[in-house]
Amino acid sequence: MAVTTEAPAALDMQEILKKAALAAVVTFLLACSIVGIETVSSTGQLVFVTRYTEVFVAVVGVFFGSMAISLIRAGRPVPAMIGSGVVTLVLVAALLLEESSSLAHMLLPFQSVTVDWGAAIVPAVLCIRAAQIVWRARSRGRVVGKPTVAQQIGATLRQFIPIIAVVLIILAIALPWLPMGASKRKVIDICTLVVTYIMLGWGLNIVVGLAGLLDLGYVAFYAVGAYSYALFAADFGWSFWLCLPIAGMLSASFGLLLGFPVLRLRGDYLAIVTLGFGEMIRIILINWWWVTGGPNGINKVARPSFFGFSFERTAPDGGMTVYDLFSKLLGTEVGYDPYWRVVFLYYLILAAALVTNFFTLRIRKLPLGRAWEALREDETACRALGINPTNTKLTAFACGAMFAGFAGSFFAARQGFVSPESFVFIESAVILAIVVLGGLGSQVGIVLAAAVLIGLPELFRELKDYRMLAFGIGMVLIMIWRPGGLLAHRDPTIRLHPKGAGGGGQKP
Amino acid sequence: MEYFLQQLINGLTLGGVYGLIAIGYTMVYGIIGMINFAHGDVYMIGAFNALIAFLVLGYLGITWVPLAILIVLLVAVLLTAVYGWTVERVAYRPLRGSTRLAPLISAIGMSIFLQNFVLLLQGARGKPLTPPPISGGFTLMEHEGFTVELSYLQITIMLITVVLMFGFTMLITKTSLGRQQRACEQDMKMASLLGVNINRTIATTFIIGAALAAVAGLMVTLYYGVIDFYIGFVAGIKAFTAAVLGGIGSMPGAMLGGLLIGLIEVFWSAYFTVEYKDVAAFTVLVMVLIFRPTGLLGRPEIEKV
Repeated sequence: MAVTTEAPAALDMQEILKKAALAAVVTFLLACSIVGIETVSSTGQLVFVTRYTEVFVAVVGVFFGSMAISLIRAGRPVPAMIGSGVVTLVLVAALLLEESSSLAHMLLPFQSVTVDWGAAIVPAVLCIRAAQIVWRARSRGRVVGKPTVAQQIGATLRQFIPIIAVVLIILAIALPWLPMGASKRKVIDICTLVVTYIMLGWGLNIVVGLAGLLDLGYVAFYAVGAYSYALFAADFGWSFWLCLPIAGMLSASFGLLLGFPVLRLRGDYLAIVTLGFGEMIRIILINWWWVTGGPNGINKVARPSFFGFSFERTAPDGGMTVYDLFSKLLGTEVGYDPYWRVVFLYYLILAAALVTNFFTLRIRKLPLGRAWEALREDETACRALGINPTNTKLTAFACGAMFAGFAGSFFAARQGFVSPESFVFIESAVILAIVVLGGLGSQVGIVLAAAVLIGLPELFRELKDYRMLAFGIGMVLIMIWRPGGLLAHRDPTIRLHPKGAGGGGQKP
Repeated sequence: MEYFLQQLINGLTLGGVYGLIAIGYTMVYGIIGMINFAHGDVYMIGAFNALIAFLVLGYLGITWVPLAILIVLLVAVLLTAVYGWTVERVAYRPLRGSTRLAPLISAIGMSIFLQNFVLLLQGARGKPLTPPPISGGFTLMEHEGFTVELSYLQITIMLITVVLMFGFTMLITKTSLGRQQRACEQDMKMASLLGVNINRTIATTFIIGAALAAVAGLMVTLYYGVIDFYIGFVAGIKAFTAAVLGGIGSMPGAMLGGLLIGLIEVFWSAYFTVEYKDVAAFTVLVMVLIFRPTGLLGRPEIEKV
């Protein structure tokens, strides 16, 4: 596909129409069976219901959308802007007036309001993009080779990373004390979840970002940590603080166990074996029911205490509750409030995450961390320089696994129950996506990516069915938009052989 | 003995299905050096397309089984091939030339998207195809009350697998398209300098892979009679295991690996435990990778410094 000239020269209308028609045909073929015909089970027999309207709308939408994109690319953004703007306005107006007017209701393409809003976003984005080009062309001629907005934002952010990090940490510590009204419990819960994933991301970053070992079964170590806390707490009655290091050690030894057979593998082979390992752990958890409780998991996992002081209303065995303790310490009566346990758990995971971060930052300056990064860049050169790749890889696996184990025991303690359901492959994929979207090796980038990938879907929980759909689209779009991650911060390595021709996207 | 023979037949049938999916993995891996993570879900889409085609044909009144299966095959292959092309166009082409991990993540995103796409549009419940279009079979052996059966369906599956296998080996070794693919596999830049349209060749590879996955999807719809939106994940992992086992990048290897994985799974279920059959497949994979990292029929990778 040749790129047409930037200047608004002769417009090849035929070409644009051809492209739009092709896109429409492809859309029709994609949609005609899965979208157009819904299979429904009724009285043991499978029947089908047709949904032609949706297919029709999709085909027409793609036809005009493709034309708009071609026009923008050909340097004629004005008609595209007007067209998509009108469509957006009509859709939004119809959505807003849907209750009161039957005409507005008829204008809506889909039955579900959520999908309609989703459909309205597409022309809106097109319109904004076209408007941006119009505005830029008017203010001054288009500068060729000018860095894109995304790159500029990335570069600016990178300068302020230390400041951003400090601000984020202060914000995170102050969070439970900020005035949030009735929703404070929900906010803390979401933030706890986000911080858990940040910690997992930082842990996986040791394996993937620093040592360059692609691990698709990271959730297995998370599972080992969760189950070891749950089992030790349930069977032996050990406390959280005793179980935490044990869980970390157990996970680390599982990391070594996985590490041994895969040492010789590289790249994608490693990915698939780690993926298989993750699935194996899950299958064992399901089928080893006399220990792990099978698919039902383990219920009633003991909640962590505040260094021995219970968070319950009345302490078991005549001990002291946290409220008694603080009443004594502060001299005023502190009443029972379950909110404080949530806050305590939040601080717990925050501290654990910060320890992970500190560990990573420090170890990068130590010989071991340097060896990891060297190994990522060139294994053969490392061998030649006398670095033992076996030990180096194994320590990376063990360290990454250990932090997953800590996070796992925290997870078990917070949830109060564990089941194999929580440790499916998609979790590994999400954690890996956080690391890659954040920009491999960038600690602040991981925070950003976890907030985007975990926080945003949690906020929009009402859209439950569409959440994962949007999550998938989001992963694809972010990768296309910024293949190096949100904050790609690795210094450019010299490329002797640029891979492939063309090469979309920004250089690392 | 009878039991063994019966399991052998079942294993070969299942292995044929895995082999067809594995070819899709191995071809894509061979040409762009990446795992096509969405391939398992393309196979799932293929199964759904086949199911829907069966329903529509039943509604139209076309009930002569060979004709119906032929039409379903064509429809499913065509529609699923478009999905394969779209996956390449959306998740891979814009990322060509960037880091290795970027396309992997976008493919995982694509896989999540496709699963939830089908989940939303077709529902979460398993879809049964009743009554099965092909029933009955031969009785090969009867001994002490145990019969060894080879159903017509199994014959059909094996037949289609063998024909496709032969056809695609021909395609790769004899045609100009196959030559272009092998050229891209060896050196993409050089191939483009020599006038091979790389984008088109890679797109064709995805289309062929998706078409074979659609055939596998049709077979699974016929064989198990029930499908849901999640079948792509496990089948995808196993097929990739099969591709690695056979030696990734090698077409006969993928087929051999598929047959082996099918046999291992069936025999493990028959003689040991059903629960751990997936663990068995992975254990074999790990063993092969430790002792023969290039797979059974793969070429050793030469490490350049």
